[in-house]
Amino acid sequence: MRLTLKVWRQKNKSDKGGFESYQLNNVDTHASFLEMMDVLNEQLIHENGTPVAFDHDCREGICGSCSMVINGRPHGPLKGTTTCQLHMRHFNDGETITIEPFRANSFPVLKDLVVDRSSFERIQQAGGYISVVTGSAPEANNIAVNKVDSEKAFDAAACIGCGACVATCKNGSAMLFVGAKISQYALLPQGHPERNERVLNMVAVMDEEGFGGCTNTGACEAECPKEISVANIMRLNREYISAKLSVQKE
Amino acid sequence: MSLTGLFLIVFLVVHCSINSLMFLNDGGLFFNEAAHFMASNILIRTIEILLFLFLIIHILQSVAITRQNMKARTISYSGTSATATSKWYSRSMGILGSLILVFLIIHLKDFFIPSRFTARLGLDNNGTPDMYSEVKGAFQNPAYAMIYIFSMIVLAYHLLHGFQSAFRSLGVYHKKYTPVIEFIGIAFSIIVPAVFAAMPVYFLLKK
Repeated sequence: MRLTLKVWRQKNKSDKGGFESYQLNNVDTHASFLEMMDVLNEQLIHENGTPVAFDHDCREGICGSCSMVINGRPHGPLKGTTTCQLHMRHFNDGETITIEPFRANSFPVLKDLVVDRSSFERIQQAGGYISVVTGSAPEANNIAVNKVDSEKAFDAAACIGCGACVATCKNGSAMLFVGAKISQYALLPQGHPERNERVLNMVAVMDEEGFGGCTNTGACEAECPKEISVANIMRLNREYISAKLSVQKE
Repeated sequence: MSLTGLFLIVFLVVHCSINSLMFLNDGGLFFNEAAHFMASNILIRTIEILLFLFLIIHILQSVAITRQNMKARTISYSGTSATATSKWYSRSMGILGSLILVFLIIHLKDFFIPSRFTARLGLDNNGTPDMYSEVKGAFQNPAYAMIYIFSMIVLAYHLLHGFQSAFRSLGVYHKKYTPVIEFIGIAFSIIVPAVFAAMPVYFLLKK
């Protein structure tokens, strides 16, 4: 298939950046989107151009590295799919595809399509863990976990932290990500001792990092490659209200 | 936002119920009596102060949230397809709210102030301040009636998102009860603005 690509090119963090158009004449319909980008980069290298920088790692939809906004949609038009798992058969021959980086002030563009998502890591560091004494694995049946909660916690833990929720949200809100991280601990007994501090600290860092607030449009759930439910945002709100009302300063 | 919004929703029920008395075919006598009660009862007047306070807080919160959210993304996308992932009215609460504010200013100037400073009003057959004739006179102007009908459509969309969003912001989410809340929200968003919009239509047809 023949494609015209309108790709965002930006030299570095301080560069203003702009779109460049490229023509690809022989794209395999079975290629993944990232493989198509590899073909573009090969072509650019042969023409002595600079290849397009983009994030990628596992290329099997589980690491959360790949990003890109394809025709206005993070990870492209296919539901529940990361960019690496999106295939060119979902595009039309002769189509012009616009490729941009995730846009949010908390995700500054480093180069071309690569954005700095370390703000997510700083949110995680503020409370996305449980404090346990490491050593040999404890007896699994010592702490009972009911089936429904373990399923919900597992669904929340499926979040790969790619940032598509922030990229698609009109407010640049990270509440689906934070909601998923809060939920995976709040639903399990191991997460309970630190639940109040966790939600207060993670939300505080989320605000410091400059993410917007949730206005419940639901775009994040629709765009999430792991189909994380907005129910996790409501659980985050619940945890936050409960912590605000129960934590007292000594 | 959610708590003030829910208070304003409760107010709409009261306002809508009392105004529906205009549909009684008694020349507005009962409506005038109810309007006079609302204007003179000390408890109602106290709640009215709270209502204005909550309205102002609702507006201030929306300005603060909008400013914070606009700061989160200063470079926008060249091509977006937001329509694929969310409803237009859920993304337009600020604009819808601003239109409602403009409407409220007109509304308060023309109806609230005369109803509270009743010296301007005439008296009906029972000797009660005649709010009914004031409303009737205003709504028999087609242009004025159209502003009201348009504003009620705006209010309907604002409520359509706001009603269920308020519960979500408060952390209410339940497999069984959330669909019930959403259903009530849709019904409320259609019925209440429709009853309000029926008032100018009623007076226009009566002309």
